[in-house]
Amino acid sequence: MATDPSTPRSRPLSPHLTIWRWGPHMLVSILHRMTGAALSTAGLALLVWWLMAIAGGANAYASFTRAATHPIGLIVLVGLTWAFFQHLLSGIRHLVMDSGAGFELQTNKRFAVLTLAGSLVLTLLIWVSALGVRP
Amino acid sequence: MSRGDSASALGKVEGLGSAGHGGGHWLSERVTSAALLLLGAWLIASLFFLPSLDQRTLAEWLAAPSGAVPMALLVVTAFIHALDGMKVVVDDYVHDEGNRFALNTLLLFSAIGGAALALFAIGRIAFGGAA
Repeated sequence: MATDPSTPRSRPLSPHLTIWRWGPHMLVSILHRMTGAALSTAGLALLVWWLMAIAGGANAYASFTRAATHPIGLIVLVGLTWAFFQHLLSGIRHLVMDSGAGFELQTNKRFAVLTLAGSLVLTLLIWVSALGVRP
Repeated sequence: MSRGDSASALGKVEGLGSAGHGGGHWLSERVTSAALLLLGAWLIASLFFLPSLDQRTLAEWLAAPSGAVPMALLVVTAFIHALDGMKVVVDDYVHDEGNRFALNTLLLFSAIGGAALALFAIGRIAFGGAA
């Protein structure tokens, strides 16, 4: 199972990150992990904090709102919103691919680009509506 | 872990892969993801249609069964899904068996602790008259 560090690595390695040409599918695959990790840590911490603040009453919630509407808080919230939609759309792509569909090069690439565009559009829609910004 | 000398086809593949097991974990990730699609849509729609997002409105929303139950399901499902996903990341990138075990244990404790905290908060809103 685990590689023994005392034995030299003489076995051939599969082609790795350095020789691959970047494409949307590769970007989306890596983003799926990164957004998943961000949502698992910062996203869930925020969810727990939010619920605790609601349970804590008006004063507790006021301090949550203060932090959330601080410029840094807003950047984190917008970032997590994007991470949520990117992970969601990319997750749907993975479920489709798990069924064996969507592996043709053009389809696969188009689907990957769609998740990138979709997450940006949905994030924009949510925050335009949340902040009451009239475009 | 791998039992390569076993006679059956299942015995040949059991215990392989970086985690030492796989099928159930893989399926759990997919099933929770499908549940989170529904629960995530519920959360976004709920927040969108609430008249305001002040503490009183949110507490009233989460005190009703129609708010507390889906939120509790969302919390539990999200923590299981997060634990499944983070375990794959740890299993892929942490090669030392001791460190991997320690990190996976830390992840497990954090996920259970976080979920318990969130469920306590929902319970307090629903049963404690926090609204």
